[in-house]
Parts: sequence; C-alpha cells; structure tokens
Amino acid sequence: MAGFFTSRLFFVSLALVIIAATLPLYVSGYVLGLLTVAFYFGVFAMAWDLLFGFAGEVNFGPTFLIGVGAYTAGILNAQFGWSVYLCIVLGALASVIAGLVLALPALRVRGPYFGLTTLVAVLMLQNFIVVFADLTGGEIGLTIPDVITISAGANYWIALGFMTISAAILYGLSQSPVGLVLQASGQDPVQAGALGFNIVKHKLAAFIVSAFFSGLSGALLVFYFGTASVGTVVDVAVGVNVIVSAVLGGRRTVLGAALGAIFLIVAGEFLRPTGELATFIVSAVALLVVLFFPGGFLGAALSREARS
Amino acid sequence: MRAFQILIDGFAISALYALGATGFTLIFGVSGVLNLSHGAIMVAAAVAAWAAASVLNVGTYAGALIGVGVALLAAFATYFAVVKPIQDSRRIPNEEKEIFVLTGTLLWGIMIQELIAYFFTNNAKTVLPIVEGVVEILGVRTPKNEIFTAIVCCLVIALLWLLVNRTRTGKAVLAASMNPRGVTLLGLELTNIYIVVWAIYGILAGVAGVLLGMFLGVSSYSVGPLTASAFSIVVLGGLGSVSGSLIAAFVVGYLETLTAYLVSPAYRTIPALLLLVFVMYIRPQGLLGRR
Repeated sequence: MAGFFTSRLFFVSLALVIIAATLPLYVSGYVLGLLTVAFYFGVFAMAWDLLFGFAGEVNFGPTFLIGVGAYTAGILNAQFGWSVYLCIVLGALASVIAGLVLALPALRVRGPYFGLTTLVAVLMLQNFIVVFADLTGGEIGLTIPDVITISAGANYWIALGFMTISAAILYGLSQSPVGLVLQASGQDPVQAGALGFNIVKHKLAAFIVSAFFSGLSGALLVFYFGTASVGTVVDVAVGVNVIVSAVLGGRRTVLGAALGAIFLIVAGEFLRPTGELATFIVSAVALLVVLFFPGGFLGAALSREARS
Repeated sequence: MRAFQILIDGFAISALYALGATGFTLIFGVSGVLNLSHGAIMVAAAVAAWAAASVLNVGTYAGALIGVGVALLAAFATYFAVVKPIQDSRRIPNEEKEIFVLTGTLLWGIMIQELIAYFFTNNAKTVLPIVEGVVEILGVRTPKNEIFTAIVCCLVIALLWLLVNRTRTGKAVLAASMNPRGVTLLGLELTNIYIVVWAIYGILAGVAGVLLGMFLGVSSYSVGPLTASAFSIVVLGGLGSVSGSLIAAFVVGYLETLTAYLVSPAYRTIPALLLLVFVMYIRPQGLLGRR
C-alpha cells in the first residue's frame, strides 16, 4: 500500500483529479453536465469491477443494484417528501439489501448461471416498476421534486469528489489483503478455501461494498437528473454500458473502469453528429479493444510500464 | 373456445421459441459459447427477408431464403470475427474467455442492431407470409400462417434430430459436445465441427427469425428481448441440453400465452421470470442440465 503513494499511477491519478477539479473555471456548463454523468457512471463501473475482476462473479445486472438505490431514493423523496440526504442514504442501504439478496444464489451457482440470475433480477425490477406505476411512475419515469443543487459547477464537484473518494476506497480495498483473498477465491475457490479463507464471507462483503457504491451513485444520479426512469438507471442497455466500460478500461484495475466509463460517455457525445451510427461506432471500438487489447486501456498502459 | 385458442396460439409461439432456442443451446453444448448476438441475427434474417420481398420484390419464397442466407452469413461472421479470435487469443486467460465471448458477442449484436436501425429504421416490419388466409380449427379462427409456422418449426427440429443422431457429421457434433478432447484424439478437426455447428445454428436462427417476422413482426428493438428469451429458455431447460430447451420453450410459451389471455398482456413475461428464478434456486442446472 505504501508503495502506491510513490508510484507513477498515484501521481498521474492525482494530477488528473486536480486538472479535473479546475475544469468548472473555464469550460461550459454543457461539458460539465456531460462529465458529471460520466463520473457517476465511473462509480458504477468501478463497483462492477470489484465484483467481476476480484470476486470473479459476472454480474450481468449491475443496474439491479443501481436501480434499487436510485428508485428507493427517488420514491422516498417524490412520494413521501423526505429530505434529499436521508433519501440518498436510504437508497444506498436498500441497494445493500438488494445486493445481499442477489448474493444468495451467487453462493450456490457459478458462471453463466449466476450471470443469468442477475439478468433476470434486472428484468424483474423493470417489470415491477412498470406494474406498480402509481408508486414508481411506470414507463414514463418518476419526477423528483428536490435536487441537491442547481449549480452545474457544484454538481460537477460533488460528482468528481464522490468518484475520487469511491475510487480511493475501492482501489484501496482491492489492493488490501481482503482484495487479494477475493482475487484468490475468484480464481480458484477450492484452493482459496483450503488455505483457510472464508470464501462465502469475502464474497458477501464484496457484494455489499459493490451494492453500496452502486446504490449511492444511483441515488446521487437521480437527484442530479431530477428524474428516475427505466431507460436511465434500470434498462439492460445501461448495464451493458457499465460492463463495457469496465472491460474497456481494463478489468481488475478498478481505476481503469472509471476511465472506460468517461471515455464511453464522452465518445458517445463526440459522435453525436454521426447520428444513429454513434452507438455502432462506440460498440465497434469497444469490440476492437476487447479483441486486440484484452487488458483494456489501463491494462495495456500498466503492462508497458512493467516491461520498461 | 378460449381454452382451444390458448392451446393453438400457445403451440405456435412455443414452437417458435423452441426453434430459436435450439440453435442457441446447441452452440453452448458443443463449444461452450453463449452467443449474445442471437437476437440480432434473428432480426437480421427477418429484416433481410422483409427487404427482399417488399422492397426488391423477389417473392415470398426467395425472400425467406435470402433471410435464412443472411442469418447463415451473420453466424459465420460472428464465429470468425468475434468468437474464434477470442478463443484463440493467448492474451486472454482461459478462465476469462467466457466473459470475453459474452462481451464480444454482445457488442457484435449491438453493432448489427444499429446497422439495421440505420439502414432500415426502427419501424416494425412484418414479412409477407408464405401462406395467407384463415381457417377454423375447433371453432377458433386461426391464421393459416400460424399453422404453417408451427409445422415448419416442428419439421426443422425433427430434421435437426435426424441430422444429429443419424448422420456421421451429426454424431461428430454430438461427440464434441460430450468430450472435445476425445474427438480430437479420434482424428477429427475440432474447428471443422465448430463450423458445422455454427452453420446449423445460422440456419436455425434464420428460419426462426423469418418465421417470427411473418408471425409477429420484428424491429431492431426486438433484439434484446429475443436474446433474453432464448437465454432464459435455455437456462430453464438446462444449458446445452436440446431436449431440455424444447420442454422449457413450451413451458414458457404456454405460461406467457395463458397470462396474456387470462390476466393481462402487460404481465406476459412475469410468470416465466418468476419460474426461472424459482428453478435457479431449487435446481440451478435447469430441468435437464448437467452440472
């Protein structure tokens, strides 16, 4: 851990955060809004990477955790008028409970079967939202009366601060002894268990941490958008974006996942003039990265550094 | 009256699901690949058949053939451009190939979907049916096309059964699904077997796609739900078990039809999802799956 503070990665990240923090002084509100969303997405991707890259659990439904957090916060605020901060905390807690429920089958089944359970969880949540439209706003979405702040700059700083703190915690966790045990139990559960580590406990912990950050980020995003809808926080396509971000940035790096998410959202915006082809181009680039640089952006950069 | 209607409609939908899911499960059983571009390939087949028949006016039969041909090409493209490079890659650790194949085919599916949306718009398209008109069966007015769909599905599945169980190639495919290493030791080239399987898959997905286009119509939005339904049917039946998928397809097809008729079309997919979750908890390997 001590080595990290003197490594090049630390200084590069620090420099990037400092540069990013000064952005509101000279770029337009439009760019800030884009990056704000990208930062929340970065947290989604990092939380996903903790589960996949370290615990070895392929979660096809990151939006189940995100959606539960986002909708809990949104409903409590819109229907009961509770204060924003209370709603955000409760949203994150609801997401942790959802993560525990999701983790139960994970401790029984492996590989594609677990992947499917998580996918089904998302479809169930989506159906639930549509069926209980009175409470959730259904397909149209839920309008949320309160926002944290309306200043683009303040929203941007909140998102940046949140992402930086989350990144520090998640990265620290992944490099800690707990992270190593997680990685071992993801790669060879039998051997890790034989070494005396409680795999169930560690995986459960990974789920809780991942769910907490997904839910918190989802709740914050809802209060930034001022609306919660299936298309923005629950849809399978959103989950796909989270997964693609993590794989693109470099799995098992945590920080790479955030880079991947920012790239994905900014690239999608740059390609807007190409109209409907934008998604095609982003997917094609992502596919090429998956095929030719399976380590992702950060994976490629780190291995080059290790070689030199 | 209504019971017969559910029976007949349910059968056609189930047969279509069965056909769509069979190819999907075959590929998994033989090469361990979960092809998430499945829905996109089916839609590509239907849209190609629609474009050939309605825009180029080549006739319904030729249109259907072109649709199946496009699916075949798309299946080969999926294998050679996405799946094979990942399987052969030395930079991807073996235990992570599964997630890479999933991500790769998913992205590939999105690419196909976006191309379809770009060139043919997002509008729903209905392929001109090969047979038209309606008949009365047991007092239910049934489109002939629905009967045609059910018959073709059953025929194709029967042909597949014959191919797998009665021909040399089919037996090689079956052997590869049981023990790939054993097959190579017998002097058979595994890659050739995979190519055969992807060809079978392409034809199955193509026929299913074209029939779906005639029966219900498709749009580029159907890609996700189609992949998801094939995925859940296959998992319900047991990954890699063809007979399990057939049973599961009928269970899901009838559950959906029952819900749509008796409760509300809006809740159509919910009971099947609940059943799926239930099965995952009780019997994670599916109805007929192997661990």
